[in-house]
Amino acid sequence: MTDDDTRHESPSQTAGPYVHIGCLPNWSGIAGVYAEDPGSRLINADTRGERVSVAGRIFDGDGAPVLDAVIEVWQADAAGLYPSPVETRGAADPNFAGWGRIATAFDSGEFRLDTIRPGRVPYPDGRPQAPHINCWIVARGINVGLQTRVYFADEADANAEDPVLSSIKPRARLDTLLAQPDGEGGFRFDIYLQGERETVFFDI
Amino acid sequence: MSSDQSSGYLPRDRAWQPPALAPDYKSSRLRSPRQPLLILPTTLSEESGPVFGHDVIGPHDDDLIHNCAADGRSALGPRILVHGHLRDQSGRAVPNALIEVWQANAAGRYRHPNETYIAPLDPNFGGCGRCLTDGDGYYRFLSIQPAPYPWPNGPNSWRPAHIHFSLFGEAFAQRLITQMYFEGDPLIPLCPIVNAIPREDAIDTLIARLDMDAALPMDMLAWRFDLTLRGRAQTYFENRPEGL
Ligand SMILES: [Fe+3]
Repeated sequence: MTDDDTRHESPSQTAGPYVHIGCLPNWSGIAGVYAEDPGSRLINADTRGERVSVAGRIFDGDGAPVLDAVIEVWQADAAGLYPSPVETRGAADPNFAGWGRIATAFDSGEFRLDTIRPGRVPYPDGRPQAPHINCWIVARGINVGLQTRVYFADEADANAEDPVLSSIKPRARLDTLLAQPDGEGGFRFDIYLQGERETVFFDI
Repeated sequence: MSSDQSSGYLPRDRAWQPPALAPDYKSSRLRSPRQPLLILPTTLSEESGPVFGHDVIGPHDDDLIHNCAADGRSALGPRILVHGHLRDQSGRAVPNALIEVWQANAAGRYRHPNETYIAPLDPNFGGCGRCLTDGDGYYRFLSIQPAPYPWPNGPNSWRPAHIHFSLFGEAFAQRLITQMYFEGDPLIPLCPIVNAIPREDAIDTLIARLDMDAALPMDMLAWRFDLTLRGRAQTYFENRPEGL
């Protein structure tokens, strides 16, 4: 620490196996406390942009699907604007929440996100980043929430000039961040916590 | 006045935070990435974040004693008030921050489909609640004292009594989930989840202090628990020429 006034961030602890109680109570069977679970609606009928779904599973080091994870997503609207007070380039789509929260299913581990394809957001030096969805993953066994990004495999040109993707070495690991078209109009994005195909996680 | 929004957030101090792999916490063995995290500067994607207004908070969301109870009933267990101050690393208060909490009941049992502990459910306790910090970064909620509970880590593993906290700051980079422990609990030093945190002084910041000044006489005890979110690498520059 270089600055005497700088304090330590509170230490993280695992969200544990019952994270759903606090984060998605209705989904976990606790009805009547919150009208709806936070982050359950990213889009509505009036949201601008191309509808996309991203589905997948999270796998542990044994290749078993993680059945108790919660994923939070944060993304720009179709024009590349964030619905946030620090967004200075314009007003984001009022019908887009930007933030969402989903769980992996208790039985299959499958998650599914229904959203819109995000626009491009500048890197600090002004270069455009490729469309991406920021993800934060918490679960039992994860001591500090894991940060990664979903990019879209069909955005080849934008991906090729993306400053974040370009910094990934070896380059083969870049593929772990590409959601692949599933042939039915949606995208598939599986996350590997360990092993040969370990997903790239960021310290941002 | 202009502000420098491009300076990013202080890097997470990984020597202060628990490592991904803490072998004594068995669940971390197969769920810890083994490749080094890819270090990047924060971009607008991480420096922005969702905003939650008072419209999302119901009138009883911060009262776990009553928010899942039948009319005229309340949750069983010692009534407690939990309060504290939310600041960032430079000491600035974080106002209007959403804090979500969840916990076991006074018998150590969670209301959850995967819960298997034999202790009883309390029909008047759900175990979830939330509040927003006020304009000065202070929060409070009411609950009951959760009990310790056993868990399948080692042959005889018990969690110290705790409340799970989920915190939003102003930026997605500040997102944090942690746990609050209670001063004096003899299970704290025995817990592999607690001990995943490498430093004793870091662990100490997660232990709430009994706060008799905030206790409500003949009603409930109070616990004080302050929290710190990541701060900006540079704070605001006043009088900075436009265009720089
Ligand atoms: Fe717990």
